[in-house]
Amino acid sequence: MISPVFAVGELDGLFRWLNELLVSIGLPQPWQDVIMYAALSATVFGLLALIALFLVWWERKIAAHIQQRFGPMRVGWHGWYQTVMDALKLLQKEDIRVATRDKVVFFWAPVICFVAAFSAYVCMPFGRGLIVADLNIGILYIMAVTTFTVISLLMAGWGSNNKYALLGGMRSAAQVISYEVPMVVSLLAVILYVGSLSMVDIVESQSGWFNWFIFRVPFGPIAFVTYTVAAIAEANRTPFDIPEAEQELVAGYNVEYSGMKFAMFFLAEFINMFTVSAIAATVFLGGWNGPWLPSWVWFMGKTLSMVFLLMLVRWTYPRLRVDQLMEFAWKFLVPVTFANLILAGILKYLGYWE
Amino acid sequence: MAELRTEEFLVNMGPHHPSTHGVCRLILTMDGEKVVAIEPVIGYLHRAIEKICENRTYPQCTPLMDRFEYVTAMATEHVYALAVEKLAGLEVPERAEYLRVIMVELNRIASHLIFWGVTAMDVGAYTPFLYGLREREDIMDLFEITCGQRLTYNYIRIGGVSKDIPPEFVPKCREFVKMMWSKFSDYEGLLNGNPIFLGRMKDIGVLTPEAAIAYGASGPVLRASGVKYDVRRNDPYSVYDKFDFEIPTQPNGDCYDRFIQRLDEMKESLKIIEQALDNLPEGDIKCKVKPKLKPPEGEVYSRIESARGEMGVYIRSDGTTKPMRVKLRGSSYNHLMLVPEISTDVLIADVVAIFATLDIIMPEVDR
Repeated sequence: MISPVFAVGELDGLFRWLNELLVSIGLPQPWQDVIMYAALSATVFGLLALIALFLVWWERKIAAHIQQRFGPMRVGWHGWYQTVMDALKLLQKEDIRVATRDKVVFFWAPVICFVAAFSAYVCMPFGRGLIVADLNIGILYIMAVTTFTVISLLMAGWGSNNKYALLGGMRSAAQVISYEVPMVVSLLAVILYVGSLSMVDIVESQSGWFNWFIFRVPFGPIAFVTYTVAAIAEANRTPFDIPEAEQELVAGYNVEYSGMKFAMFFLAEFINMFTVSAIAATVFLGGWNGPWLPSWVWFMGKTLSMVFLLMLVRWTYPRLRVDQLMEFAWKFLVPVTFANLILAGILKYLGYWE
Repeated sequence: MAELRTEEFLVNMGPHHPSTHGVCRLILTMDGEKVVAIEPVIGYLHRAIEKICENRTYPQCTPLMDRFEYVTAMATEHVYALAVEKLAGLEVPERAEYLRVIMVELNRIASHLIFWGVTAMDVGAYTPFLYGLREREDIMDLFEITCGQRLTYNYIRIGGVSKDIPPEFVPKCREFVKMMWSKFSDYEGLLNGNPIFLGRMKDIGVLTPEAAIAYGASGPVLRASGVKYDVRRNDPYSVYDKFDFEIPTQPNGDCYDRFIQRLDEMKESLKIIEQALDNLPEGDIKCKVKPKLKPPEGEVYSRIESARGEMGVYIRSDGTTKPMRVKLRGSSYNHLMLVPEISTDVLIADVVAIFATLDIIMPEVDR
């Protein structure tokens, strides 16, 4: 018997309902799994595509209002479907390929970038029960696949056979690898406390009033700040956007890309920004936990607040120079995050914040 | 372990590049991110203004002067008018000179606002550019109600100015000056103390006073290196001897000092505008100039302090209605030659900051 189970405002019942439907019509187990995962993947992919389009529009609006402009206004109410139109335009554009490119590398770079950006969402908890697969190595998996982005940027830089692109690719490799260290170590402080790598476990350990990791003074806020700084660098955004520094390298690694290939880099950049914000929301801001509202509303609200913070930073600060960027990572962030990790270990041993 | 073989490589920065402010080409010899050598290549914006002047009558040359340096077009008109007036022995009414000073100083502020925004943009902060243009817009509006143009004015003519200011100009200008004074705290709060900005600008591209003088640098670039030299004070022209203003200087001559120098100069320009508005005399705005102006045979050089430095016009007359030879001096040319000189041991990002803070614009280099 089909028995839809809807908690008020929660969406996980939808998938349980689909699962029970598949069971009730008597499909064999492997087919059930295939259909379930196909449905989940399609949902997540569609949702993320919408989010990326929304973020592009949102960023343009925020930038415009910071700069006392209006931004997109013509296409729909306050230009709300401007980015949809832009994406359609990019789809139709000629795919310009440089004659001297490295054919294989040039082709696969945007594909890898795109896939790596989306793969992270396999174990991203969008809400209570809204997770494709609760891997027991969840956060490690996310960190691992998002780092694939750097390979794609290096490939784009090399494959374009352009000096600006190569400089951009090299810069991005150096930067992402450097900032990976403080980013992971900041997260380690939290993982140490939770005792699990699973995203669901991390969220559930933060349920209750003022139990989010950002409220667990002193190691929580420190880890949050260092994570945010490293995350901005990880997402290649100002003040750490040196791989595509417009005034120095014109457009960096994507200088030779056009049409849909460029769009893939572009959308992947916004997906990456959403990813790092979602990790921050999950690990430090309590994920889906929160009173009164449905869990997915809390998750989206926290994540979009983080995105907003990243956008504010981008449109306010100048860009660091490449050597200052490295110095900041290795001479400041890495020592601070390691000290914080030791502090978290001591606090855990002494039994604080359990 | 065997040493890896590394090579230097050439990067063509420009002629079309976001931060060369026009069509300048810099050939950079790079060792990874480090810049080993820089060679500027110019001539992409050459319009032969000096040669065209030889085939036009004296008044017809004024619109060409707007194109010589279009960011401070009022200053170029002013220096040309001063040269011809000196050559022909014309006596310009005092009101016209006051109007010229007001316009040139407003234009200096407009130019420095662009500099302020563009420099911030070149080090990666996008927002200040729009703020700078917002204030510049008010100056453009003032010019528009005066002469109908917003970029190439053709306002300062030989013997005076083309039109008197409309009655609403003075109150609007006072309003602008008041507004502008209140904006400096915003500007200073946005960038001046920002650690990232300081890291990008401090001790980068240090220009010693000796090198500055040797290369013929002038204007804010020279003063930022600590040399107190301003044509408005050292060789007063027009009515500048009647105003009370300071010549700001900076101690170090690095990119940050050049940046601060412009902010200081805007304040001094505002002081001059305030005094000029207070003391604006009544009277004619133009002296009698024959339609077919024939200056006597001879040569003349006049110079003024434009927003970028000393700007000069040399004219040789053979007694006909057309100049025999016109030579324009733009300070950006000298400043561009400074780029290789002060870019020692820098990264590519520093070259952008150095280029921006020297405030080089290409029409003045290529003419």
